Amino acid sequence: MDPALFAQHLLNGVMLGVIYALVAVGFTLFFGVLDVIKFSHGDVVMLGAFTALATSIAASAAGLSSPVILAAMLLAAIVGMALVGMLMARYLVLPLRNAPTLNVLLVTLMAGTVIREGVRLFYPQGSNPKPFPRLLPTGAFEFGAFTLRHDSIVLLVLGVGAIVFVHLLIVRTRLGLAIRAVAQDPETAAAMGIPFRGTVLATFAIGSALAALAGVVNGLYYSEVSFNMGLLLGAIGFSAAVIGGLGNVYGAILGGFVFAALQTIGAVALPFASAYKDVFAFGVVILLMAWKPGGLLAERSAERV
Amino acid sequence: MGAPDRATIFPALAAILAGAGATLALLLAETQWHVAVVALAGVAALLIGGRAGFGDAIHRSVASHHRVTSATSWLAGAVVVFLLREHNFELLMLCTVMLYVLAGLGLTVQFGFAGVVNFAAAAFMGVGAYTAAVLMTSTGLPHLVVVLAAGVVTALIGSVLLLPLLRTRGHYAALITIAFGILFRTFLEVNDTLGGPQGLKVPGLQIFGYAFNEAIEFDDETEWSFYTAYAGVFLVVLGLAYTLVRRVERSWMGLALDAVRLDETAASAFGLNGAAWKIAAFSFGNFLAGIAGALYAILTAFIAPASFTFGDSLLLLSIVILGGLGNPLGLLPAALVVVVLPEKLQVIQEYRFLLFAALVILILLLRPGGLMPRRAREYFPGRSS
Repeated sequence: MDPALFAQHLLNGVMLGVIYALVAVGFTLFFGVLDVIKFSHGDVVMLGAFTALATSIAASAAGLSSPVILAAMLLAAIVGMALVGMLMARYLVLPLRNAPTLNVLLVTLMAGTVIREGVRLFYPQGSNPKPFPRLLPTGAFEFGAFTLRHDSIVLLVLGVGAIVFVHLLIVRTRLGLAIRAVAQDPETAAAMGIPFRGTVLATFAIGSALAALAGVVNGLYYSEVSFNMGLLLGAIGFSAAVIGGLGNVYGAILGGFVFAALQTIGAVALPFASAYKDVFAFGVVILLMAWKPGGLLAERSAERV
Repeated sequence: MGAPDRATIFPALAAILAGAGATLALLLAETQWHVAVVALAGVAALLIGGRAGFGDAIHRSVASHHRVTSATSWLAGAVVVFLLREHNFELLMLCTVMLYVLAGLGLTVQFGFAGVVNFAAAAFMGVGAYTAAVLMTSTGLPHLVVVLAAGVVTALIGSVLLLPLLRTRGHYAALITIAFGILFRTFLEVNDTLGGPQGLKVPGLQIFGYAFNEAIEFDDETEWSFYTAYAGVFLVVLGLAYTLVRRVERSWMGLALDAVRLDETAASAFGLNGAAWKIAAFSFGNFLAGIAGALYAILTAFIAPASFTFGDSLLLLSIVILGGLGNPLGLLPAALVVVVLPEKLQVIQEYRFLLFAALVILILLLRPGGLMPRRAREYFPGRSS
């Protein structure tokens, strides 16, 4: 393949991988502390994007400059979604702690539907795709046939930065230590004086903030958001987290890039139409699960009987 | 255990009558005001009746008079269809409800009995529907054979998922069916030979040379809707499937499935092959879903990928949960609520997914067993222990 074209696809794949990894890390964090899947996560991504969109419209109406608008919408989306995540954890997930785990999956799926339908019905003309403002510098570096857009660089730095930030948060801070302790064994952690509920809420806030960031990055990259983008993004993020091995943050990041690679390969390298890229990607996911039922970076565990 | 202590038959008959009456009232209600009253009264009756112990009385009476009650139920179903014979739209809705219950039965066997998750029930219905459409348009097979074949093909396609499903559990297994559901829908949308997003047309049903798509006319001017014949056939199919599922549940097979669901390790310590039971339950459930899909295709005469989305799978799943996971009887009120209410209440048409999602959340939080929770197994039904 032409190297310039190859580089272009690689860049696109990496960009997708960053977005998917941001979503997948949330799934895996929630699973780590509570052993639950919060399936509304994809819709939280969408809600984050719409919060950002609404903020940017309000901010540009107030006559602010692009960087300020960008900062305002990031802040609004991240803080807003962190709150939404905490509320969901408090009122939907924690009350079902002793119910069958799939009940939590169902409740959050339905909560996602509520968010999705809420945006569709109550956001002005919410059922149509919305243009997302282009707030980043529009220039590009040209290397022969390969163009590297400036906004792609900014988005990559933003996404990778967020992932590194979460990594440091989990490995280096007291909060991270608490999260890891609760993930390992909630009861022992509680016995050591780690507040269970507070740690869970903080985890949900962090994961949902990442989702908001993923929504904004996604919106800025494609310049469009729509109310139903969350379903597929959520399914992809969940797939990525599961491929990597639930509960493992690095697995989720790896899974995000694996899924992006599958999609890119499906779109570029398959002999038949690129329309089958999702069919290909999800098909490979099913095969991967058959091969490694616990994910690529599965925790070593023996089942206690 | 002493002599069988037979309960009277009246609570059972009253329950069947009330069920048929509520179904009719809901289907025939004209104004939105009536619909709301009927629906609220029905749900209230279920909840209050359950709390006041009517449920136990009905249950004992059904168990004591098994044959009479099942014959009466068949009769009640036939009477409902007969009374609706001139109401096109209402019959169509009744048919749709019956198909959702049929698919829900499959899901009950998978999820409720064996504990195998399936988030792709609508996709499996779609497999059945497309199989039926292709077979009916391109081969001359008798249509009853086509419907059965659609069920078998669905079970076979479902078996592709068996290996990953058996190797995984919990959320990992859920992902596999979710991935399959999305994969299937995307595949249909981009595949031109299956009609792409526009879908396929399906010819009307013919059984033994009888064309179902013609209105039933008598020599005088009375004319029955052609959906009457469909409703009759669906009633027979649904009745057979329901009886089969109930028999399976009560038999040693149901006991084995329950054991595998509740604790696979303990079940295998008693010599039960968990994998085999899960395979059987998953395939049988998909068989039913495939038949429901084939009948749906024939009923609506047109199928498109948009009818078999992930959202539809969730709708089916919420019927199963709403009715009471593992209780086949609960499917009927749940399907009525989920299918008929939005059609009747034009006000909530637009908001229906929002309202259902909220409703299911409330039920899962407040009443995790659903409208009609599954009962503990009785080894000697009809005897007070």
